[in-house]
Amino acid sequence: MFRFGRRGFLLSWMIGGAQGSGVDSSANLFAYSISSAGYYIFGKREYYSNIKGEHSYFNVVASERPVNAVVDPVHILSSFDAETVFRHAWEVVEGGAIIYDASQEGESLKNIPTIEERLRGELSERLRDAGVGETLKDVLKVAERRGVRLYPIPYMDLVKRTGEVIGEQQLTLLMRVVNTMAVAASFAIMRADINRLHRGLTYAFRAKKAVVDMNFTACKVVYDYVKQNFPDDFPISLPTRPLPDRLVLINGTSCVGIAKIVAGCRVQTYYPITPAADESVYLEDKQVFRVNAFDGDELEYPHLAENRKLADKGHILVVQTEDELAAIDMAVSASLAGARAATSTSGPGFSLMVEGLGWAGMNEVPVVITIYQRGGPSTGLPTRHEQGDLLFSVFAGHGEFPRIVMASGDMEEAFYDTVKAFNYAEKFQLPVIHLLDKSLANSTQTIHIPRTSDIILDRGMLINEHLDEKSGYKRFKFTDNNISPRTPLGTRGGIFWNTGDEHDELGHISEDPVIRTRMMNKRMEKLELVKESIPLGEKIALYGDQDADTWIISWGSTKGPIIDALEILEGDGIDSVGFLQLKILYPFPSEACSEILSNAKRIIDLEQNYSGQMAKLLTMETRIVPTNWVLKYNGRPFTSTEVADGVKEVLLRNTKRLVTNRGG
Amino acid sequence: MTVTQKLTAANFRTPLFNDWCPGCGDFGILASIQMALAELQIEPYRAAVFSGIGCSSKTPHYINVYGLHTVHGRPLPFAIGAKLANPDLTVIAVGGDGDGLGIGVGHFVNAGRRNVDITYIIFDNGVYGLTKGQASPTLRRGVKTKALPRPNINDAVNPIALAIVSGYTFVARGYAYDTRHLKELIKQAIQHKGSSFIQVLQPCPTYNDIHTKDWFAGEDRVDPDTKKPVPRLYKLEETGYSGVLQTDSEEERVSKATEAVRLSYLWGDKMPIGVFFRDPFTPPYEERIAGIAPVYLNSAPAWQPIRNKQLKPVADVSDIFEELRVHQ
Repeated sequence: MFRFGRRGFLLSWMIGGAQGSGVDSSANLFAYSISSAGYYIFGKREYYSNIKGEHSYFNVVASERPVNAVVDPVHILSSFDAETVFRHAWEVVEGGAIIYDASQEGESLKNIPTIEERLRGELSERLRDAGVGETLKDVLKVAERRGVRLYPIPYMDLVKRTGEVIGEQQLTLLMRVVNTMAVAASFAIMRADINRLHRGLTYAFRAKKAVVDMNFTACKVVYDYVKQNFPDDFPISLPTRPLPDRLVLINGTSCVGIAKIVAGCRVQTYYPITPAADESVYLEDKQVFRVNAFDGDELEYPHLAENRKLADKGHILVVQTEDELAAIDMAVSASLAGARAATSTSGPGFSLMVEGLGWAGMNEVPVVITIYQRGGPSTGLPTRHEQGDLLFSVFAGHGEFPRIVMASGDMEEAFYDTVKAFNYAEKFQLPVIHLLDKSLANSTQTIHIPRTSDIILDRGMLINEHLDEKSGYKRFKFTDNNISPRTPLGTRGGIFWNTGDEHDELGHISEDPVIRTRMMNKRMEKLELVKESIPLGEKIALYGDQDADTWIISWGSTKGPIIDALEILEGDGIDSVGFLQLKILYPFPSEACSEILSNAKRIIDLEQNYSGQMAKLLTMETRIVPTNWVLKYNGRPFTSTEVADGVKEVLLRNTKRLVTNRGG
Repeated sequence: MTVTQKLTAANFRTPLFNDWCPGCGDFGILASIQMALAELQIEPYRAAVFSGIGCSSKTPHYINVYGLHTVHGRPLPFAIGAKLANPDLTVIAVGGDGDGLGIGVGHFVNAGRRNVDITYIIFDNGVYGLTKGQASPTLRRGVKTKALPRPNINDAVNPIALAIVSGYTFVARGYAYDTRHLKELIKQAIQHKGSSFIQVLQPCPTYNDIHTKDWFAGEDRVDPDTKKPVPRLYKLEETGYSGVLQTDSEEERVSKATEAVRLSYLWGDKMPIGVFFRDPFTPPYEERIAGIAPVYLNSAPAWQPIRNKQLKPVADVSDIFEELRVHQ
């Protein structure tokens, strides 16, 4: 059976089904229940750009220690439709289990319209090679030959039995418990405490008692069935362990949303787009939030509040705009008015935002743009993963203006980075692009509740009082460090002008060549200030062997699979590998990279795009060229096992450019 | 601070050299805005004027209030963002007909749906001036202004009708050279709670040789009896017309809106100016937000303290995390 490095325990579980049939809720039920049993989990969600009918699946790994990515091998495949088994039976390891609907054994490959032609051909060939036919039963036969255990579940009979127990005969209502049964069967074969499922159901159905009761009855029916019909010797068991402290089950969009509230973001704008919109919708739901118990004097009131005092609640205004042009412009002007403001989007939306980005750069307006990258170009792969927007983020816009581009490696980083993004934006008075991606957005993970007590909100040179009418205030005053004190709109004595044209210190249009040069210098030299001011630990992070000859370099959500891969590699005796994660991508941390990589014998650039975009920046800034590339752009995030295998192949064969292609 | 001195239009002027063409209609509109702000005694620092790109979008630089000369076609999203962040501000958006009804028309329509308490003034001269006289979205089909190699083959958009069907709750038309009338319209628009729209007809002395000052004044058609020109513009209020809703009834709303749209199609020999439509009942966006989150009324985004004196965040998200907490 698959083992994960030297780690004692790691379970890889998968559930699949047609979109709209409750795959997500089953996966959430499983993830919550298993974390409730005391395990850390990481869950990956894959789905089509479709509402109902196409195949989606969820892969959850669970471990006694924090886990950061999914793996390729599957220990238990749980299903309630035939398509899931056709697609994923091949991933189940020897000794693993397939749970499926006993009544669908006769389903034929050719009758499943949602399997694409290429895959259908591939499956057909596999079955032919194995010398079997094309029904579900044939697929299962092949799996069984490999030592996979089969768990046929007569869902319909068990649904009816559940109905008898609770006195409910309406089948359409009862059928909803099938998803829960697929999860319960997994728990039953692992001999897990059924009460954990009760916890999970209460979480998943938000305490709708009748629904919880019905589902829990279904769980009991399944438990009884499994106990009576299958041997009780599945090699993985799931005993309840002590629960790690302060654990939450969270996804990337919620994590960033909560961080925005903490960061003081009070205006969020967005235009609906996958996968970014979840963050804004979550924020809209949480728009009214508590503020810390305070003594009125302790709070730093903006002068714009006049004599108003905060009620006992805070509020973030979420505006759904007509397009992304409006989204960035509203955020920028809310910022001009003194609020911390952000907009959240994906690649296609950011394409539209570029004109607004340039204006913000020209007028030195702090604004945070959260980008959840997805497969491009154009509409690309709307629901799939990619890291294809790095160079676009760094260079977006005509002309030259400063911006910061940063990327988070995991949910916890994304939380703190979100706060930092607002601090950077206000401190340096420029747009900050915070790169995230589909994998981070839609993955589920158990993390410890982030500590907010150490967070400082740095608003830079924001003037927080009315000025004298004759203050002679100049918004773009030339200063030693190129940062000019900033008044929010509505400040007495603080009137200024902004224009997308080149301008003088007051902000009026100027085409004077001397002013032009000075203003360009003022803006662009802020990049030097950024480089000097941001501590090294916020720019890069190092993992693995710090004296390694071999360095993996990467950025963003590949962090999770790489960190887990280092553990796998170590288990296989390959322990002299370091990992350099870049967190600030622009201005590029050239000196740190040069220092770390100058003695490396091998540099493996690992990214989820075609070109190795970060490596291009590295070469541009440091003249360092990686020796090898491990790239992936099929729309599915790296698994840790895929990274480990990729690194091994590079080390073994010195493959210059390895393109991997795993994931269904 | 209390206002000790009465504000006059001079308080709203900047010392900049104004580089519009001599005789440009923009001058009249600029003066009308300055007079309106002065007469309403709005302290300069409490107002913000947003514009897009084009000749008329230079307006903010000539007004002594916060002046935001933004992106082509985007004055409305900018104006709305600032107003929602700080509802204390008097927010005016200005721009040309190309800016607002060509590249920015999506925002024009969607702003109407929100009814944020702002005023939008379109300087409508039928041409793109700063790029040397191309046809704008309000130039009629078949018209050939000076710089066009061929007569215009696009139909014109009807700004008044579009504003009404989009949901603007104050819709008016003024004329750049009737500053007294225009100033009054602007004052009403600023005082109206909700999105106000004013289309201002104006000659472009450089590129629009069809709709000239003389054309508007009817110099080409002299009354044989009085020997005086017959102006093409007339004032709606002088005809006894009122487009103001008296009740919050859908029936009256539809009937008044329909009549206003009908009047907006009058063009050529007799063209109305004045208030076409006003709906004081549809709630502005700010009220709609407060309907969901009453805290907004006292804690708009720019008024909220986000940190304490020790620079720590004031938001307490512990209960949000609690919802996500794993329990055994």
